[in-house]
Amino acid sequence: MSLFRSPSKEPLWKDEFSVFTSDERYVTRRQFAKFLTLASLGMFVGNLWILLKSRFAKNKTYPAVDVADVNEIPIRGVKLFTYPTIQDHCIMIRTGEDDYVAYSQKCTHLSCSVYYSAKNDRLECPCHQGFFSVKDGSVLQGPPPRPLPQIVLTRNDSKLVAVSVKEI
Amino acid sequence: MADFDRTKQGRGLVAIDGAMALIAILLIVQIWLLSATLEAYLAGHVGAVIPGAIFSGIIFAGCLTLNFFVDRVDRESRQR
Repeated sequence: MSLFRSPSKEPLWKDEFSVFTSDERYVTRRQFAKFLTLASLGMFVGNLWILLKSRFAKNKTYPAVDVADVNEIPIRGVKLFTYPTIQDHCIMIRTGEDDYVAYSQKCTHLSCSVYYSAKNDRLECPCHQGFFSVKDGSVLQGPPPRPLPQIVLTRNDSKLVAVSVKEI
Repeated sequence: MADFDRTKQGRGLVAIDGAMALIAILLIVQIWLLSATLEAYLAGHVGAVIPGAIFSGIIFAGCLTLNFFVDRVDRESRQR
């Protein structure tokens, strides 16, 4: 054994310290199992977060907004409006003498604008041929995963007023 | 005797590897469960959220149990 330290790039303390760096980097099965279990814990916490978010979600409040006059649109006619915010485009359809329905114009598939087809009496999305019922906004055909959000309308004298959004 | 110990150690390693493979499979199922629950929640199907959380908890409990098993077997095989 030499009395003098051989020249190396490692600092002196590393030579005297009995820890092997390569062994330090080696991940044992126990460590790896612990890591996997922690990942599982993370995903469980994610599921709990979704649960808490759904439990304590605040109920939205909607403003009352005048949409149209009663006789403003003819039977089977439509009127476009925005509700509850200026970014939320909606479509109102007069389906009968005193029957009005209104839906969000945003397709539940990929958010294209739906329009009313009087010929087929349904709401149609031109992007991927998704069709919705005029009666309740349910999906008749195509890729949309859920019905159109319905705008709840009330009648105030000669005015039709949007009061809330019913999402299914 | 030494051979007997080595065989026992080998069995321990196989048990550990099996347990870790099981943890990995459970993790894959849990990833799928999390993404499916999130998708259902965002689609407005709130009913899927509670079963999702319960099953995720069960899977986590399974992973934890397997982790303790790996820990125990590994420690025992090192002590020999």
